Amino acid sequence: MTTLTTSQRNGSASKVPFDQQTIKITARNLNFFYGKFRAIKDVNLDIPEKQVTAFIGPSGCGKSTLLRIFNRMYELYPEQRAEGEINIDGENILTSKRDVSLIRAKIGMVFQKPTPFPMSIYENIAFGVRLYESMSRSEMDERVEASLTKAGLWGEVKDKLGQSGMSLSGGQQQRLCIARGIAIRPDVLLLDEPTSALDPISTAKVEELVTELKKDYTVVIVTHNMQQAARVSDYTAYMYLGELIEFGETDQIFLKPTKQETEDYITGRFG
Amino acid sequence: MMSRFAKRQLINRINMTIAVLMTVFGVFWVVWILWTTLRLGLPAISLHLFTQDTPPPGSEGGGLRNAFVGSLILLGIAVAVGTPIGVLAGTWLGEFAVRHRLGAVVRFLNDILLSAPSIVIGLFAYAILVDPLGHFSAFSGGVALALILIPVVVRTTDEMLRLVPGPLREAAIALGTPYWMVVTRITWKAASTGILTGIILGVARISGETAPLLFTALNNQYFNTDLWHPIANLPVVIFQFAMSPYANWQQMAWAGAFIAVLFILILSIGSRWLLSRHARS
Repeated sequence: MTTLTTSQRNGSASKVPFDQQTIKITARNLNFFYGKFRAIKDVNLDIPEKQVTAFIGPSGCGKSTLLRIFNRMYELYPEQRAEGEINIDGENILTSKRDVSLIRAKIGMVFQKPTPFPMSIYENIAFGVRLYESMSRSEMDERVEASLTKAGLWGEVKDKLGQSGMSLSGGQQQRLCIARGIAIRPDVLLLDEPTSALDPISTAKVEELVTELKKDYTVVIVTHNMQQAARVSDYTAYMYLGELIEFGETDQIFLKPTKQETEDYITGRFG
Repeated sequence: MMSRFAKRQLINRINMTIAVLMTVFGVFWVVWILWTTLRLGLPAISLHLFTQDTPPPGSEGGGLRNAFVGSLILLGIAVAVGTPIGVLAGTWLGEFAVRHRLGAVVRFLNDILLSAPSIVIGLFAYAILVDPLGHFSAFSGGVALALILIPVVVRTTDEMLRLVPGPLREAAIALGTPYWMVVTRITWKAASTGILTGIILGVARISGETAPLLFTALNNQYFNTDLWHPIANLPVVIFQFAMSPYANWQQMAWAGAFIAVLFILILSIGSRWLLSRHARS
């Protein structure tokens, strides 16, 4: 693990230390249950604003589960429930009385497999925007262009906005989904293994994009790929069996982890 | 002593031959049915078939216009009544009751309805509509056909919606989309081809139903479009004409049968075409 450090990658030598970061999301005494199974165990975590935080760990460790609590996605499934607190901008979203749609509007999410809606590229972006804002056609055109540009897709699709979103390649579809997420102007972007279904070139594009996006958004990325975590993230959380084993600056986690379990996992001696 | 490889090839050839023969055997009957109905009905197939009404017994000429129109009206009522109910019920099963026990019960009951004998459906429609109204009517016939169509549509809608990948729903939810909009704007659209195919196949199924119409729409030797009166329809006319001793009627029954088979064939091919077009896009 000598090749990849975030400071080399991101050139962020003048990095703000963790204790001076603004905290966007905090988890306090968080527990999560699939029926009787406790999948997240007493997790406490602070996720800094406008930084990329990666969740790593072996399959089934709870990293995706944790991510899906942040926008209350688990509520779709009656047998799943969360206990504890998730504070975003000081509001406990798990007990918030506000409409859950308004909470989700501030938190974009991108999934493992691309999920373009069965409609045109343009409509894929406009769909989410119309849920919250009414605007003129020209304003919408601008919003669509801005979102696609930010997602690095505008140049590739500007002449075929009327075509189905499903007609794009996998990597383009994934960037379309990112564009769709940022079009509604969220604060937080949750990326759940966003490149695991993509080829290396598309992966590189999405990774570049992630680094770009943290200027405006707090990004949380779940990844199976440790090199990816090392490349794109500023902070890394290592999870195992539902527990948060170690959390810290990515360089520190990869170069001098404090816990033996973390070291075993990132050096491939896990097991 | 045969080598393993030669033996494997031999078994492959035998199985292949049997499979091809069985396929030919299956297709053979369809071709034979089409050919027989065409051959025996050919003398009656002319423009008159579509422009003239059913002839009186023992006379020459005539056509099946009233029966064709009547059948289309009956199918129209069945689709108008059955499709919204079927699609909405299927949507409840496929979107809202996937993990509920009540959903499983309804799905099971629907499967029973799906395999209910059509004569039972006809008797039921007779009991709830014809008897209270006091006379046979096109409307009661259409409702009887709708009762057969509904479970088909419920089943395909349910299945097609459950084939829509979960992450697509979650992606819409993650944007903050209310669930009713997730269904109407996203999953219905994703499943639309499958649902439409289900409706078309359901129409193909009911277009040949005779038993439920005997108790409901009955028949009518005249041209009629009044929904509150008995109406001519192809299956019952075929039944009546084929059983008659008149050569002209018998020929016409064959011609009607040919058109009926052709109609179902076109519907089936149409639904295949829809599906394949969807698969390509």
